[in-house]
Amino acid sequence: MGLLLGPPMLWLGVAYLAALAALLITAFWTTNSFTGEVERIWSLTNFHELFTIDVYRTITVRTVGIAALVTVVDALVAFPIALYMAKIASPRVQRLLVVAVLMPLWASYLVKAYAWRGMLAEGGLIDWIGKPFGFSSPGFGVTATILTLGYLWLPYMILPIYAGLERLPDSLLEASSDLGAGPGVTLRRVILPMAFPAVVAGAIFTFSLSLGDYIAVTIVGGANQMLGTVVYANVGAAGNLPFAAAVAMVPVAIMLLFLAAVRRTGALENL
Amino acid sequence: MKKIGVALGAGLLALAVAACGSSGGGSTSGGGAASGFTPPDIPMKKSLGPGEGQVDILAWPGYAEDGSNDPKVDWVTPFEKQTGCKANVKYFGTSDEAINLMKSGGYDVVSASGDATLRLIASGQVAPVNTKLVPNYKDIQPFLKDRAWNSVNGQMYGIPHGWGANLLMWRTDKVHPAPTSWGAVFQKNSPYAGHITAYDSPIYIADAALYLMKTKPSLGIKDPYALDQKQLDAAVNLLKVQRAQVSEYWSDYLKEVQAFKTGDSQIGTTWQVIASLAQSEKAPVKAILPKEGATGWSDTWMISANAQHPNCAYKWMNYIVSPKANAAVAQYFGEAPANAKSCAITSDPHFCATYHAGDAAFANRIWYWTTPIKQCLDGRKDTTCTDYSQWTQAWTEVKG
Amino acid sequence: MTLSRGMRIVLLVFTLLALVVVYVPLALVVINSFNSDRTFGWPPAGFTTRWWSAAWHSGGARDALGVSVLVAIAATAISLVLGTLAAMALGRYRFFGRNTVSLLIILPIALPGVVTGLALNNAFRTWFGIELGFATIVVAHATFCIVTVFNNVQARLRRMGTGLEEASMDLGAGPMRTFVRVTLPQFRSALLAGGLLAFGLSFDEIIVTTFTAGPHQQTLPLWIFNNLFRPNQAPVVNVVAAVLVMLSVVPIWLAQRISGETGEAVAGGAH
Repeated sequence: MGLLLGPPMLWLGVAYLAALAALLITAFWTTNSFTGEVERIWSLTNFHELFTIDVYRTITVRTVGIAALVTVVDALVAFPIALYMAKIASPRVQRLLVVAVLMPLWASYLVKAYAWRGMLAEGGLIDWIGKPFGFSSPGFGVTATILTLGYLWLPYMILPIYAGLERLPDSLLEASSDLGAGPGVTLRRVILPMAFPAVVAGAIFTFSLSLGDYIAVTIVGGANQMLGTVVYANVGAAGNLPFAAAVAMVPVAIMLLFLAAVRRTGALENL
Repeated sequence: MKKIGVALGAGLLALAVAACGSSGGGSTSGGGAASGFTPPDIPMKKSLGPGEGQVDILAWPGYAEDGSNDPKVDWVTPFEKQTGCKANVKYFGTSDEAINLMKSGGYDVVSASGDATLRLIASGQVAPVNTKLVPNYKDIQPFLKDRAWNSVNGQMYGIPHGWGANLLMWRTDKVHPAPTSWGAVFQKNSPYAGHITAYDSPIYIADAALYLMKTKPSLGIKDPYALDQKQLDAAVNLLKVQRAQVSEYWSDYLKEVQAFKTGDSQIGTTWQVIASLAQSEKAPVKAILPKEGATGWSDTWMISANAQHPNCAYKWMNYIVSPKANAAVAQYFGEAPANAKSCAITSDPHFCATYHAGDAAFANRIWYWTTPIKQCLDGRKDTTCTDYSQWTQAWTEVKG
Repeated sequence: MTLSRGMRIVLLVFTLLALVVVYVPLALVVINSFNSDRTFGWPPAGFTTRWWSAAWHSGGARDALGVSVLVAIAATAISLVLGTLAAMALGRYRFFGRNTVSLLIILPIALPGVVTGLALNNAFRTWFGIELGFATIVVAHATFCIVTVFNNVQARLRRMGTGLEEASMDLGAGPMRTFVRVTLPQFRSALLAGGLLAFGLSFDEIIVTTFTAGPHQQTLPLWIFNNLFRPNQAPVVNVVAAVLVMLSVVPIWLAQRISGETGEAVAGGAH
């Protein structure tokens, strides 16, 4: 067993856990403003700034809000599609639908984000189509960011739910109906509870992918910024790795809480 | 090339901090040499020998195109044919990266921006340049020679390559009357609220500081890159007023041209290349250098103190500022070429007029991007200034 | 199935509508690859094929595609080995800390990309002193790709039980021989599914790649990122994306063919 577990644990332990730990430590250090070098002097300055300056709280709330909404929107859209794919479509159609859902994943992330930018712009496709019906594009901002991220991560939500529903035996649904449950009751009392871990598995993807994003928000987010933007600005431009590390600990903490909460749903086995 | 570097990292200027002072550029500090430090004594090349067969180049993306992105955009291959020096080009995304790569060694020449040049000189990474060995140097615009960001005590440390300004652009159909001042993007209750745009980088704080320097003399700002805490706070407050009316911040030309074409943005900062592109795509826009002057960039080719291929390096520096190559680079990226003779051979005959390439008065109204450091760049000794990482945090607060 | 006729129709219509929305931005990318406007404004200004011919001649795009394919293959290969080992250890043995191990495997994908990227960047440069390049991209990608293989193999192990392996051992085959001749063949479709997801994940990754690529190497997403901002290059990017979408049908379709199991083949983790 040690032989089996050794290599992957060594890899993840060395390449990942050590890296993560190193990052956490950096957050307690400071940057020498004269030389730009990281100084290994212990201090809580970075965290103090992070917690006392209002703007970081605003950004954290905004980021978590966006990630949560993206997840909810994706779950609501993905569930009916997955249900149709898994329980209604014929095997042939099923195959086609899986391909149809997967294909957009291969078009570049950036290109898709810019396509959404074009659609959301004033006089863009959304305005163009919506005009006769009296609706217009929400413009660049938080709503646009949620739409774009929701679009980008939708396949990551559909696939786990589909897999989860597919392994739900048909006999179970038949039993439910034999016992007198209508489709609505079956959906609510049988399908939903059993598919819940799969939805949570999808949510891990959509939530974490949104939480760490900084590119989509620059493209369609108007003047808004997310946690990723702050991390990137500090490490990329200012060379302030310690502060960037401190900011990066916020999504890590949120994600660990999230994982701890979903662990009991069994979703970790459904990824 | 500053703008591409910036684009690479969505608002990622360059930077960190330097162990040196600089006297900035621009209208009041003018030319003159950098002050506050004595550069290490690095020997200058006295004469040229035969080429070494190759040269290792460190460049902003787009400064040394070899046709691999677009076969028609290629000025590296002619250089190789002409000189017999094979060019190995490595691109970097930020000035920081350039400095780190220069320190790691192995490169002969580098295209350095104003926020990197003095750091390279002070740390002894680059050698003084013997301009006599660069025949094309005589054709370089005089107002680019012996400036604070490329020379020390009258000794040139590089060959000027190209420069540009951060202009004010507006939609002529939406904005009336035509603006003449940066006040148009900084005023309260602007009629264009919700349609103002600005450059997405902490360095944009300098634009606000420049405006305050001209309009609020009581703050005592002498150089937009040398702000003490009080002055930075004033600039940040001004930017927060602007933030409420901003539609979006831009960091790449594609985003900005799209926004101005659709009308999502109607007034804000721009580069000449963006203005030209928007106009050629039929967007009704105009761009000017407002009466307060503007910020901008100026890039320089420098030679490594430990160059392994110094002869080929000199050949490259001479080649890249030759009229033809300089014109090609300048047009590819949209900046003013340094070589005066380039203007006669640009494919667009009005190119140099558009970019004010020979306009010394225009060039002297630009405050070229410089890295803010603790040590005040304007020479004040009685206070400490804010550095770039403070600017970065301030910028985060501005954006909110 | 017990779902009523009305519900089936509602689900079908919803699925079709959602697919339309999913494909509109992709169609837009294809249309824009023929749009003569250099910043692809809407509505299209005119028809041109010059971007397609420019893309055809772009050596940079081809080189980047090569790097991306190589990175994805290397990362997939590593994650196939490590993911299988980890799944076998967890699937065949009960030991203390089992849950921690599975959490560790999920962590790289569950934490936001900006954190993973920053942590690895920091570790490579300041702790291990490695110059960023091809190898560091592969290490980074393999780290977050392990989970896809792990999940597929683990699901397969649960389904297949240990009977065949025991029979093989009873008949005198050693553990190695049993693994190669009995266990591994049964993994085929699970490995294919996990490998395909890993490949796709690596192929379009941009945030972690930005932090771990260094200046020498350029993957296709990075090339796209850089070229979106070069004059006259942005429309070429649309062409590349359009081609990618079309090409992506091939591996997905192939995988479906070989595996013959629609759900598991792509969704990663059916029991």
